[in-house]
This record gives sequence, C-alpha cells and structure tokens, in this order.
Amino acid sequence: MLEALTNKEKWNEYWRSLKFSLYCMTHPIDGYWDLTHEKRGTMAAANTILFLTVLIRLLKLRFTSFIFIQVYWEELNIFLYIASILFPLALWVVGNWGLTTLFDGKGRLGQVYMATCYALVPYPLIQFPLMIFSNFVTVDEAEFYAVLSAISLIYAACLILFAMGQIHEFSFGKTLLFTVFSLFAMLVMVFILMLFFSMISQGVAYFISLGKELLFRM
Amino acid sequence: MKRRVTRFLASLGVVAMVLLVPMSAAAQERSYTYIYDWWGDVQDAPDSYTVSRVFTSTDLGLDVNLKSPQGLTVCGERLFIVDTGNNRIIELSRPTPQTLQVERIIDSFNGGSGPNTFSNPLDIQVSEDGNLFICDNGNARIVKLDNDLNFLEEFTKPNDSSLDPGLIFQPTKLAVDTAERVYCLASGINKGMVKYEADGEFSGFVGATPVTYNFMDYLWKKFATQEQRAQMQNFVPTQYDNIYMDYEGFIYAVTGTPDQLDIKNGSADVVRKLNLMGSDILVRNGEWYIIGDLYMGNGGGYEGASYFADVTCFDNDIYVCLDRNRGRLFGYDDQGNMVYAFGGNGNMDGYFRRPVAIDHMGYDLFVLDELDCAVTLFTVTEFGQLVYQAIDEFDLGNYEASEASWRQVMALDGNYDLAYIGIGRALLRQEQYREAMDYFEVKYDDENYSKAYKQYRKQWVEEHIKVIVAVILILVIVPLIIGRYRAIKEEFKTAEVFRYYKK
Repeated sequence: MLEALTNKEKWNEYWRSLKFSLYCMTHPIDGYWDLTHEKRGTMAAANTILFLTVLIRLLKLRFTSFIFIQVYWEELNIFLYIASILFPLALWVVGNWGLTTLFDGKGRLGQVYMATCYALVPYPLIQFPLMIFSNFVTVDEAEFYAVLSAISLIYAACLILFAMGQIHEFSFGKTLLFTVFSLFAMLVMVFILMLFFSMISQGVAYFISLGKELLFRM
Repeated sequence: MKRRVTRFLASLGVVAMVLLVPMSAAAQERSYTYIYDWWGDVQDAPDSYTVSRVFTSTDLGLDVNLKSPQGLTVCGERLFIVDTGNNRIIELSRPTPQTLQVERIIDSFNGGSGPNTFSNPLDIQVSEDGNLFICDNGNARIVKLDNDLNFLEEFTKPNDSSLDPGLIFQPTKLAVDTAERVYCLASGINKGMVKYEADGEFSGFVGATPVTYNFMDYLWKKFATQEQRAQMQNFVPTQYDNIYMDYEGFIYAVTGTPDQLDIKNGSADVVRKLNLMGSDILVRNGEWYIIGDLYMGNGGGYEGASYFADVTCFDNDIYVCLDRNRGRLFGYDDQGNMVYAFGGNGNMDGYFRRPVAIDHMGYDLFVLDELDCAVTLFTVTEFGQLVYQAIDEFDLGNYEASEASWRQVMALDGNYDLAYIGIGRALLRQEQYREAMDYFEVKYDDENYSKAYKQYRKQWVEEHIKVIVAVILILVIVPLIIGRYRAIKEEFKTAEVFRYYKK
C-alpha cells in the first residue's frame, strides 16, 4: 500500500490519465476510443473526477450566491443529497452495461463506469468558476449564470453519449437507441427497488406487530 | 447476548427520542400574531394589535339589540354601524379612546318621494361635505341625505341597455369620492362598480375583473353541445364583495369568490386597487401572493382560501384585509409584503364568529361581527407602532430615523423579515451599500441586494481603478515585451550579416 503511494511511476500514470480527461473533453471520439482501447484512462482518475463532481455540487450549496440557489438548511440531508448523484449514476452504469452486453456491447461494467465518470468532467470544470462568478453578479445578469450552467450539463450529457458509443463500438444511431433504453432500464430498476423496499418494510412491520402481540399476551 | 439486547433497546430509545422531540416542538401553540417568512413558513410575531375593548349592544346602551349588522364606517371621529336586521343606522362618537357613545339612531328621514324608512340597509358612507349615502338594499336605491337627515337625492337602477330589465337593483356596498360621485356594488351586476355622477346620473361601469377560465373548461365547452353548454357555468367576471376608498381616492376592492386553486396559484386576484379608470394598480412585489393565508387545508373545521369580506387602508398605504373564513386580519404594506396577520375563529376577545366589516380611526381598527353583534376595537401595540413609525419615516425620507425604528423592531422580533429588509433599504438610501447587502442577503431579497451590490461594485471599481489599470497593463505589456525581446534575439541569430561573419 505504502509502496504504491510512493511509487513515482504510478503517480505519473495517474496524472497522465487525469489530464487525459481534458483531451476527452475536446476530442470525444478519439479520446474515448483511446480511453479503453489504448488503456489511457485509470479507475483512480475516474474516481477522482466523480469525487470532484460530488464535492463541487456540495460546495455550490454554500458558496453560490443566494440569488441563484436558496437552501432550506433545516430540511437538507447531506447524505441524501450525495445519493441524489451517486444513485442515478449507479443505476445508469448497471442499466447500460446490462443492456449493451446483451446486444454486442464491447464495454465491461468497469469501463462503462470509467467512461461515464470521464464524461462528467465539464461539470466541475465549468461549475466551479461559475460558483465564484455567481457572487459578482446582480439579478439583471443572472442569465449568464443560467446559460453557462445549462451548457455544463448539456456538454456532459453529450460526452456521455459519445463515450458510450466508443466503448461499446456502436454506431451513432445504435448509441442513441441504447441511451433511451438505458434510461428505461433505470426506471424499471427504480420501480423494482421501490417494490422491494415496500415489501421488506411490510414484512418487517408484520413481524414487529407479531412480536408486540406476543408481548401483550405474556 | 443480554448486553447486546440492552444496547439494541437503548438505540431504539434514542431513535424514538429523535422522532418524538421535533414532534412535540411542532405541536406547540402558535402565537396570536404571525407572518409568513421567505419560505412561506409561519413565523410567530409579537402582537401588532391588541383588543382594547369589545362593544356589545349592552355596552353601547342600546334599547333594541343589534341584529345581524352588516356595515361599519368611520368618518373622522364618528362611527356608523348599519344595523341591517333592525333597518336602522347607529351613529356613535368616541369621547374617550376606550368608549363609544350613541349619538343618534337613524331609522327614517325627511322628504323624498318613496318610503322614508330603510329596508335592509347594507352600507353607509359619508362625503367630505357631511352628506350621508346609504345603500337601501330592500328599496332598490341609494339615498343621499344631508347631515340633518333631509332627503337630497336618490340613485336608482342604472339606465343601461345591457342590464336585464327584470333585474331588481340591490346595492350592497358603496364608496363616495370627494366630488360626491358614487361607486356602488350591486348583487347580480358583474360588470364592476356602478358609477354615478354627483347629480345622480349613471355614468358607466368601472373596474370589472378580467375574465379568467382554465383551459380544461374551455376545451370541454368547445366540444359540448348547445344544451350542455347552457348547463355549464358561464365565464363571467367575478363580483366584488366590498370596496373601500382610501385617502387618495383609490378604491380597494376585495372578493372571496374565485376558485380556491385560482387564488392559490395567483391567477385570480382577491384584492385590487383601482384607479379612476378602473385599472388595477396594486403593487405586488411581495414574496407571496396577496391572498391572506397561504395554507388552505382543513384546520379546526375551517378550510379553503381566506375570504376577504372587507378592507381598509391607513394613511401610510398599509391596508388591512378581513378574512371572513378564519376570522383573521391581514395587513400588507404598499409593496405587498405581509406586515402582520392575526385573529381567528372563536368566542374570546380578539376572535370572531363571522366578521363582516372593518374600518380604522387613526391606527385603531374597528371590526364588526355579524353573529356576535359586537364591535371589536383593536389598538396598536408598541411593536406595531414601531413598524408603522419605521415605514412612515422611510416614506418621509428620514432614512436614519427609519433605520433606528427598524432596529428596535428587530430587537423585539428577530424573525421579522421586514425589519431586515427595512434596515437594508434605509442603509441603501444612506449609501452604505456593503452593510445593506448583508441585510438583504439574510432575508433573500435578491432585487434589493442587486441594487445595493451594483452600487457597491461601481464604488469598488472607482476606488481601485489605478490598481485595475495597472494589473491589466502588466498583463498585456509584459508578454508583449517578452515576445518582442525574443523576436529581436531571433533576428540577431538569423541575420545575414552575422551569418557571413560566422563563416
């Protein structure tokens, strides 16, 4: 473990793969092909990007000007808020992988995750300066913020699309189709999970009431 | 094993505590007066008004008890109660702040062609010249009397071809301007207010509400047959329930009839301020719609939106709406921010069973309850006085005094949003932009914050212009110089002359 941390070669590779995300941003088709096929991306870099995304999203709550984001702190649950990014991401990765494997997709689960994380780069990259910028504008200039914020999201969405096409070696039409299918798969999974949890809670409630009944009789 | 069980029980106990503690906190009783904060949460507030006294028929010394009184009007130091059920009007004076004294009971008048008594009178107004205007609903007329009760004039059904000839004119509420023009509401007339010139001539309808309908109803109507359409409700303007003419001659009109959903999403106005042309000039800059209570669910047996039965406006443009549904009073300032809300349904002093009319004398409020047959006198508290003072000083341009008053308000109630915004606005006028920004930020007032910030930014740039110019110059010139230096160096290297020598 300690050896890995002090290994200079490892660090250099990490930095290279992290910097490679910027190349992916500007050259999506080339970049995402090389990401898996030339092994120029690493899991560590993907995790870092995801961590940065979550971190920026949390920082935004506090440091964006109140003109744009008003937070009802009393009701805010930080873990739920983090889960609101991680949970859809997990659903997307699993759903996309599950579907594409059945239809000649070349990407593996880890690769889908890595490519998706690499595609998130525009979010921290645009949102962080935007967060600082928001404190220097008035309501009349609020449109700038809204437009840039929207660009960061659309950019990331487009990158995800390109990334999926490249790692699965799909044509553009097929990528679009499977993106839509993956979204449906996410919905189905949410439905099943909700069903599952409500069943479990019903089951638990049953045994609790059974226990109560027993206690009353004794 | 046993230890594990106890630990489990202990953790359960903690969970139960966590679950129960906020619940018991939420169950605490609310204060009498409240406001809505930026989030729309109810915030307890100190009382702006307290009940000074409740006057019943006995307190007033009436030999015949009041019977479903409908109207209450203040004119200078005089107070009129329209005792509808007994077909009379009671004029009162206020010899001391705490007492009301019956001056005379008006149940008939001298002269006139029709009956010289009233039938179901609903409202009275007094003009600046001291003439009395009475809505004589049962006799289908408005009677104008002089102060000695001599008949002067009467206003009858408007001679307008658009009105159904069979419609009986039933005036309910009226307002009189300084030139003695009469504006009145009548049941069955939804074209707005009926306007009469001073000579009694009908001169048109003013201030009808714009017709609202929702898209689904419109669609249904498109596909309905002629017979079905006849069964459906027509899209007509809503009728006003009451009007009040303020000190500037603008008419506040209230209504409670629109659909609850329309009120909630702001597509129907329940309060309007009409100018002479009949257009709505009410300022709605507040964070919430001017609809009284924001929450319309069932509570204590009452549900639905606030039903504004009457409105009155102080000389500082704060207007108070009377909610017949929950028996509450809602005060709004000239920008449409809620200043206070208080009251409720009940039998205690300060609570109502069916309030119908409100008017003010100075800053004192009189509220008439139809079922209790009583007049409640509210007097302003220290807190309310400070709020009024702060607003008045601001309007007069005494920003420092206004700030001082708002600070006192804030000391009494740290949850009072208007105090923060008031201090901010006062500081803004005193050109203390940085401080003002902080106050606006606390209460999420982005418009005012932006105003202050714009000035602050300008000031900052002006103060630091030298530094800014220097930084820009350095950023531009330094690379230029470096580039030029390199170019020259390059030129030297590759120049023909030197090459010759090198060889």
